[in-house]
Amino acid sequence: MNDDIVEKIEQAGLIGRGGAGYPTAKKWRDIKSVQSDKKYVICNASEGEIGLFKDIHILENHPEEVVHGMELALDYLETNKAFFNINRNYYEKIGPMLREVVQHHNYHNHDFQFFIEEPSYIGGEETALLNAIEGKRTEPRQKPPFPSVFGLFGRPTLINNVETFFNVALVDKNEYKGDRFYCISGPVNSPGVYHLPADWDIAKVLRETGNYPDFEFFVQLGGSASGLVFNQEQANTQKMVGAGGLEIYPKDTAPKDLLLRWLYFYQRESCGKCAPCRMGTYALKEIIEESTEIPWDEIFKVLEVTKETSFCGLGKSVNEPIESYYSNVIKEQ
Amino acid sequence: MSEINFKIDNIPHSANPDESVLQIALREGVDIPHFCHHDDLPTEARCRTCLVEVEGKVVTSCNLKPAEGMDVFTDTPRVKEMRLRNMELLLAGHREDCPKCQKGLHCRVSVLMDRYGVSGIKYKSPKADAHLHKMCQAAEIDPQLCIACNKCVEICEKTGSNFLEMKGKNAQTHAAPTDRTTIDCIYCGQCTVHCPVGAVREQNEIEPVERALDDPDKIVIAQMAPSVRVSIGEEFGMPVGTDSTGQAFTAFRELGFDKVFDVNMGADITTIVEAGELIERIKENKNLPMFTSCCPAWVKHMEFYHPDLLPHLTTSRSPQIHAGAAYKTWWAKKENIDPKNIVVVSFMPCTSKKYEARHRKLNVNDLRPVDYVLTTREWAVLLKKRGINLPELEPSEPDSLGLYSGAAAIYGASGGVMESALRTAYFELTGEELEKVEFEAVRGVEGFKKAEIKIGDRVIKVAVIATAKNMNKIIAEITADKSAYDYVEVMACPGGCIGGGGQPVPTTMEIVKKRTEALYNIDSSMELRKAHLNPVVRDFFDNYVSKLSEEERKSILETHYSHKNRYE
Repeated sequence: MNDDIVEKIEQAGLIGRGGAGYPTAKKWRDIKSVQSDKKYVICNASEGEIGLFKDIHILENHPEEVVHGMELALDYLETNKAFFNINRNYYEKIGPMLREVVQHHNYHNHDFQFFIEEPSYIGGEETALLNAIEGKRTEPRQKPPFPSVFGLFGRPTLINNVETFFNVALVDKNEYKGDRFYCISGPVNSPGVYHLPADWDIAKVLRETGNYPDFEFFVQLGGSASGLVFNQEQANTQKMVGAGGLEIYPKDTAPKDLLLRWLYFYQRESCGKCAPCRMGTYALKEIIEESTEIPWDEIFKVLEVTKETSFCGLGKSVNEPIESYYSNVIKEQ
Repeated sequence: MSEINFKIDNIPHSANPDESVLQIALREGVDIPHFCHHDDLPTEARCRTCLVEVEGKVVTSCNLKPAEGMDVFTDTPRVKEMRLRNMELLLAGHREDCPKCQKGLHCRVSVLMDRYGVSGIKYKSPKADAHLHKMCQAAEIDPQLCIACNKCVEICEKTGSNFLEMKGKNAQTHAAPTDRTTIDCIYCGQCTVHCPVGAVREQNEIEPVERALDDPDKIVIAQMAPSVRVSIGEEFGMPVGTDSTGQAFTAFRELGFDKVFDVNMGADITTIVEAGELIERIKENKNLPMFTSCCPAWVKHMEFYHPDLLPHLTTSRSPQIHAGAAYKTWWAKKENIDPKNIVVVSFMPCTSKKYEARHRKLNVNDLRPVDYVLTTREWAVLLKKRGINLPELEPSEPDSLGLYSGAAAIYGASGGVMESALRTAYFELTGEELEKVEFEAVRGVEGFKKAEIKIGDRVIKVAVIATAKNMNKIIAEITADKSAYDYVEVMACPGGCIGGGGQPVPTTMEIVKKRTEALYNIDSSMELRKAHLNPVVRDFFDNYVSKLSEEERKSILETHYSHKNRYE
């Protein structure tokens, strides 16, 4: 029966909700196909990016489903060892409740452990997360080998986001309707988490939630650091991407303030492993802080190396908000 | 394994698919700048400067494996631009923070920056939230210059010291001592020889040496360790494994040294003292196994981690200290020189020798046997500063006290001290001279070698150890069975002093092997191959040491050990 779950996941078209959007069924099958004496299942509740708060919402409101999704993965992979990679702030809020839920699900010898991580952006990166659980420095590993082959303690490891496990549980109960979670933030009427169809355009999401601004605005989608920026007109057709962040900014937001908000985040959260990300984000922050007029060309030169030559997705994504903001908002003015 | 055919800059190459494009390119003489690649350490692709272009994408070549038909380009406009930008980011602030660059001394990073047109001031570098840490008097780690390449941490872990770790995150990331107080640095300096940018470095003593050379009242003596003569050439672009002994002697004279002696002579003294003690201990079956003690990093390891085992260390002093004391006592008397005016400068492949030279317990008549210790790298900096080009020099001979045996020459290699002592112990135990002097079983760069050596009717069980990792193994073996060995040579650095922390950058095991070969060639080409046949050393023992009181004799030949705390 357990093999059916992956068929159902495939038919439902589930993709990862951590941000990368990898097909969930493929990930599960990849790991199933690897021979190993031990396999691990990890629920990633790191959620270290600004503008994202859906994982905590799901864990608070639907813990049974998340744990059920993890159990389906354990049974499918014929293993019993699962971890919650949970950031300390979340654990302090919901740890005891979650431990209780897990205890009630303690059949099949399933063993759930909690790894409480120091809140960080890089801590959500799959291989950095593995390093952290192994007691090493929280920095990404080279891929390949991928975690599906050489993961936690060298064993095949399934790492899915909280929302993905929640969706798996819905799929199992034939209740999955293609909805996703939206984290709405910014100076709007009702910021918060909403569970709505994934194929709505952003303008509709804002209208339906009573959040459509009465001022000129632009939005950032996916997360408020790595997310792409779209203007008000684009919001009429653009659909949600990545991890589900939807931040609304007034059109007259000062460019310098916005750039610095992103760069303070990136510069602080860079793990320090590779030079372009570690030093590039610092250099960008300095360049912008010292500027009176935004030196776009200078900025794009540094962004070219962070994008093209950084070690992991964190550094490779620094350019995305800035470049899309430049082309969709600044140039359109 | 089948070879892969691919091209670098349109030139066909065939290579082993396990090698990286960077390794292949460097071997084929294609220049690709890189900071975090080292042949003996893991590839983590941190510095992002070894960029190449493949199929329109700019990628790092250190973790790129060649594929059949692949076209690699190392110098396209995009590669050049991104490489330059990453080097500007990586080396932001290097020149303003580097003490060598600041003083206009030779700095290999500065040479590289000039070659690639890197200013070092294009981008700002954050001031690290940490201070310079001094590893006693040996090495120091400067967080301002650290580029977080992790090499020092990796080598510290690989050798088994585990003292360094990466601390901080983002632009504040830097290597630093561990907070675990049960671990201490043993001053081996492997971090310094694996640092690509001089952020971890020896504690510089060039300036006091220059002051001594400029002081007309001082008799300044140069003495170089066995390993330095076969590695200094690398700093001047000579092939790895070149024996520059004769040119090195000339270079000391060009620098203005009054006398050119040799640590090798001191090594012959050490061999005699140590072989004598070994025989005594074997005869009395006392404090066996006996450990060598000429590696100060090994002694520090014992004094910090295993104070209970200190009686196993030979009480013999080390070669530089034996020689220094001989100059300031015997030679000074013969030459009618006030020993206070003698300045002894050792040129060593080592950082822990700087630490050893400052041990008060080794003073003779209140004078330090060795005043200053320069590493091979510091010597190269000094020579370059004075415009002395080693390869161009005519070879010359050392002065009177620089005479040495082949047994001393091999002290630089792991197993060399053991072999030298066995050559002399054989004579002492049997009264006969050894015909075949080579002990092949104790040679080679492996970190743990064992052998049973037959001398007369005795079998002596020996082991030869290199690196802290193997120190822990031998200590475990001996703790379980004290009779496992009679005599154990221990060095902290991979391959022995020849792979020492003060040697030129880069030092890899392949380079160490070539240098080692050069050392054994010096030995095999010599007539004099046993320490006890060195006439200078014989003279020292027969006409000077023998007339000393027991107390005086001990004060120049022997030492003692004590429990040391962290950072002591």
